[in-house]
Amino acid sequence: MIKVLKPGIYSSIQDRGRFGFRQLGIPLAGTMDSFSANIANSLLNNNLTNSVMEITMQGPTLEFFVSTKIAISGANISPKINNVSILNNKVYTINKGDVLSFGILITGFRCYLAVLGGFLEENILNSKSYYAGITSRMKLNKNDRIAISIQNFKSFDSKGILTNQTPFFETDILEVFPGPEYDMFSKQQQNKLLSTKFNVSSKNNRMGYRLRETVLKHSISMITSPVIPGTIQLTPEGKLIILMKDSQTTGGYPRVLQLSEKSIAILAQKTTNDSVKFKLNSYK
Amino acid sequence: MPFNIIFKQYGENAILIEWPKVISKEILNDICDFSERIKQKNIKQIIDINFVYSSMLVLYDNLNIEFKQLKEELLKIYETVSIETKTSKILWKIPVCYDEIFGMDLHFISFEMQLDEEEIIALHSNAIYTVYGIGFLPGFLYLGGLNDKLNFPRRVQPRLVVPKGSIGIGGSQTGIYPQNSPGGWQIIGKTPIYIFNINRKKPIEISTGDCIQFYPVSFNEFEIIEEKCKMGTFNLQKHFIND
Repeated sequence: MIKVLKPGIYSSIQDRGRFGFRQLGIPLAGTMDSFSANIANSLLNNNLTNSVMEITMQGPTLEFFVSTKIAISGANISPKINNVSILNNKVYTINKGDVLSFGILITGFRCYLAVLGGFLEENILNSKSYYAGITSRMKLNKNDRIAISIQNFKSFDSKGILTNQTPFFETDILEVFPGPEYDMFSKQQQNKLLSTKFNVSSKNNRMGYRLRETVLKHSISMITSPVIPGTIQLTPEGKLIILMKDSQTTGGYPRVLQLSEKSIAILAQKTTNDSVKFKLNSYK
Repeated sequence: MPFNIIFKQYGENAILIEWPKVISKEILNDICDFSERIKQKNIKQIIDINFVYSSMLVLYDNLNIEFKQLKEELLKIYETVSIETKTSKILWKIPVCYDEIFGMDLHFISFEMQLDEEEIIALHSNAIYTVYGIGFLPGFLYLGGLNDKLNFPRRVQPRLVVPKGSIGIGGSQTGIYPQNSPGGWQIIGKTPIYIFNINRKKPIEISTGDCIQFYPVSFNEFEIIEEKCKMGTFNLQKHFIND
């Protein structure tokens, strides 16, 4: 069991998401940066479907009531065990009574804490991913207790180590594919979309990232249709909204571009004022 | 009668299937029927299907199937003539209290449209609405079939919190707020029932393609039904109608 001494700004338990219920209007949710989450789970030899803790910008302070192994990947938020600094992308042993805390944000925006065997939160519709109205918690609060799997790790052999220490998300290039309405725009308009350097506005969260620039005002109206995480919508006033993991399941704005899963992960590590550019990839 | 449908690759692991871009019951029925037939095939690489109005999105496991192959499989299913078995549809009857305690904007739109409140209530509750999809929020129904006389613009100033169960009108649409949420629709009443309840085995009983009709209840009846809903002893009335 883990006790939350300080919750941080926005920490939640996430797994790969809630598939099979979008027809009821239920978002997928799941880890924003699935690449970092996979690294953290892999280092512990966990199943990639195990849940992790997604930590945003400012880390929580967590007291462990059981011994386990942990690994952290993604943003570098200066993690510490009992006030001694530790590194990302490396396995550490946690002894009963140890306290994991975080310091200043150095790179990225979200990090992923994996524990041996994952967190034992309630499974709602086949997923542990927090989402308001679906799970009883939407984020960690002070004094929350979260069960973790108790495992005998005497024989745990962690030779796994991440050799490439430059995080994959240290780029401002987002790979995109044409969205369903991409062809409704002229070549010139498409070029504008692809050549503009965008900045993330302060309206960015698990649901979506709004970009600051006004690019293409339009009056295209369409019938509401499904959307997915990574969909880039163009509002009539000419601004872009990039839908993220908590995105609603349907939308009514033209879907001009679609991010790859890796680019969703890269964007998840950006915050207000960070810049991004799109690089178009075509379908095979 | 199959329509001319278009398959579009949508990112790395989704297919968007588009029917002619109009809102029609024939198209909706065709999509519901197609979705049923896909489910029956149990294609294990398909991880989610959702559809609304005139399009469907299929999420798939791209490690185990490619777009082209899945598209072929889906097209084959679509082109297999279905034996029309469904002749009737489910009509759900939803109680609504149009009292001004809940219908905060009823008086305002009655004044603006020069329609008696009774007439608004009659027009709203006589219509049979078709569920064209569920989205926006968990359990939010996209309903078609609002009487043209009730077409009224959204509020200039959206409310920060519209209570769960509120019934609103926004332009040519009407709908039920499945949870407390910000909203700009004109609120004309409230239903005591839980449209969406995660603690139920089936969080929402109503499906896309079903029909719903509202029926007016008094404030007293509202409270009785609300109490029954809390205890889990209220069952939604369900009828079968020929469409």
